[in-house]
Amino acid sequence: MEAIIQIEGMSKVFGTGSGEITALNEIDLSIEKGEIFGIIGLSGAGKSTLVRCINLLEKPTQGMVRVAGQELTALSSADLRKARQSIGMIFQSFNLLMQRTVLDNVCFPLELQGVSREQRTKRGMELLEIVGLADRAKAYPAQLSGGQKQRVAIARAVANSPQVLLCDEATSALDPNTTRSILALIQEINRSMGVTVVVITHEMKVIEQICHRVAVIDKSRIVEMGRVSEVFTHPKSSIARELILPRHGDGQPGGEIPQLVGSRVIRLVFNGGTAYEPLIASLAMDLGIKVNILGADTRNIEGRAYGSMLLGLPHDPLQAARAIAYIEGRQDVDYEEVLDYHA
Amino acid sequence: MPDFFSETLIKVLPTIPKETYETLYSTGLCTLFAYVIGLPLGILLVVGERGGIRELPAPLMTVLNFVVNILRSIPFLILMIMAVPLSQIVFGTRIGTIASLIPLVIAAFPFVARMVESSIREVDRGVIEAAQAMGCSPWQIITKVMLPECKPALISGATIALTTILGYGAMAGAIGGGGLGKVAINYGYHRGVTDVMYFTVILLIILVQVFQSVGTWLAVRCDKRITSTKKGK
Repeated sequence: MEAIIQIEGMSKVFGTGSGEITALNEIDLSIEKGEIFGIIGLSGAGKSTLVRCINLLEKPTQGMVRVAGQELTALSSADLRKARQSIGMIFQSFNLLMQRTVLDNVCFPLELQGVSREQRTKRGMELLEIVGLADRAKAYPAQLSGGQKQRVAIARAVANSPQVLLCDEATSALDPNTTRSILALIQEINRSMGVTVVVITHEMKVIEQICHRVAVIDKSRIVEMGRVSEVFTHPKSSIARELILPRHGDGQPGGEIPQLVGSRVIRLVFNGGTAYEPLIASLAMDLGIKVNILGADTRNIEGRAYGSMLLGLPHDPLQAARAIAYIEGRQDVDYEEVLDYHA
Repeated sequence: MPDFFSETLIKVLPTIPKETYETLYSTGLCTLFAYVIGLPLGILLVVGERGGIRELPAPLMTVLNFVVNILRSIPFLILMIMAVPLSQIVFGTRIGTIASLIPLVIAAFPFVARMVESSIREVDRGVIEAAQAMGCSPWQIITKVMLPECKPALISGATIALTTILGYGAMAGAIGGGGLGKVAINYGYHRGVTDVMYFTVILLIILVQVFQSVGTWLAVRCDKRITSTKKGK
């Protein structure tokens, strides 16, 4: 696969002297053409700075950024502006021009390039058709809902057929239903236009729904990266576990069943296909071992079932060992022992 | 004419249309020149600062801000007296409507610059960032994003500038400027004919009311952030 975005040894430091804050620390990242790449992290982890460094809205303190074969960090400001025309961007707060109509917003990037009014209106209407807002062409942003505004922003971001679309918390201000429809639109545009998408988010569900690969960012560094299915089933870093796997029973109904918690707790990971098979029932029926489900979370990633489950094993060490052996014998199910479990 | 109007008022009355015209003419011309200088200056004050879209050398920004602040702190009456020699040099006269233009513009442009500056600062940072992400040049950001986006605020600002300059213009009557201010000062103050003074003051109030109403109407009308239902259409 061909890398369309390459970042090497990039750091970003804000401020100077004692007030120095390192927002990004030695980031290496390679994003392939045509993929939807997710970057997830808690707020303050540096993910927004990272996406702003891709189109150089923030200038990296050191390191190299290459997009579509052009080394952005080496360009003059005029050439950088030209390069930015092939990098679309959408934002959490939509950032539409409030004094322009919906159509004029979508046509704005074309206007900058000197496309004739007739041509850009034609293209603008095509785009509004794609995002489903052709009937609101003459409306002003103030008259639209949040989801509609983001659709306009998406149409504007892809107006001059960019190679890359950057999404900075694009759905964080939207309700769950609208989020789903906006993500579906981004996915559709990724497929139909072949545009590479970089998604910045703090929400797992966004990554799950549309991303192919994901990078987990924590304390200014990328701590984990890989296919979404891999990272979700085998999170290695503690921050990824925190984001992905169910916490120790917190906030989950029935999470507090201390009387049944055995001496050992294991985490089962279903990595595709078997999440809904009655594993627990089989354990009870085939072996007569009763385990306690302390928490469970299943997800649908790229059409396949994934999930994880927290099991409390029986007190009896023999029964516990048999249960583990049984689980080891199953395909597509991994397990690991949770040593620090506290209900 | 009823008896309670003074003879002076009756004598002055026919000159009122001409003096009103003088007032409007000098106010309009002064506002125009104040914007010719103040608009670009106000834009520079925003885009040139640290972190602005087109940073200018810090010493230059310090000087610009200093000049604006200095001119804004001198009381208008004093500034007018200080600028008299300049009128002499430029127009060859120290009195009259044209001569009063110079001090008026000097007093008004820093005010206009600050007004423009605060209007532009109202524009959402995110929108400017989006424009930068699309590859806008600083010039395109100014002309296609900043100014159109803050148009309602600019119009409100211009209305305030216009009424303020109208007031300054009246003061200019004290040192030989023409217009309604001159009439009010000459007859009302120097000769103690109060009804002439009240008459001109009422005229000035009407002018300010008209400017303000038209300005507010225009600002609301062109603001697309206000949806049509809120405008009561």
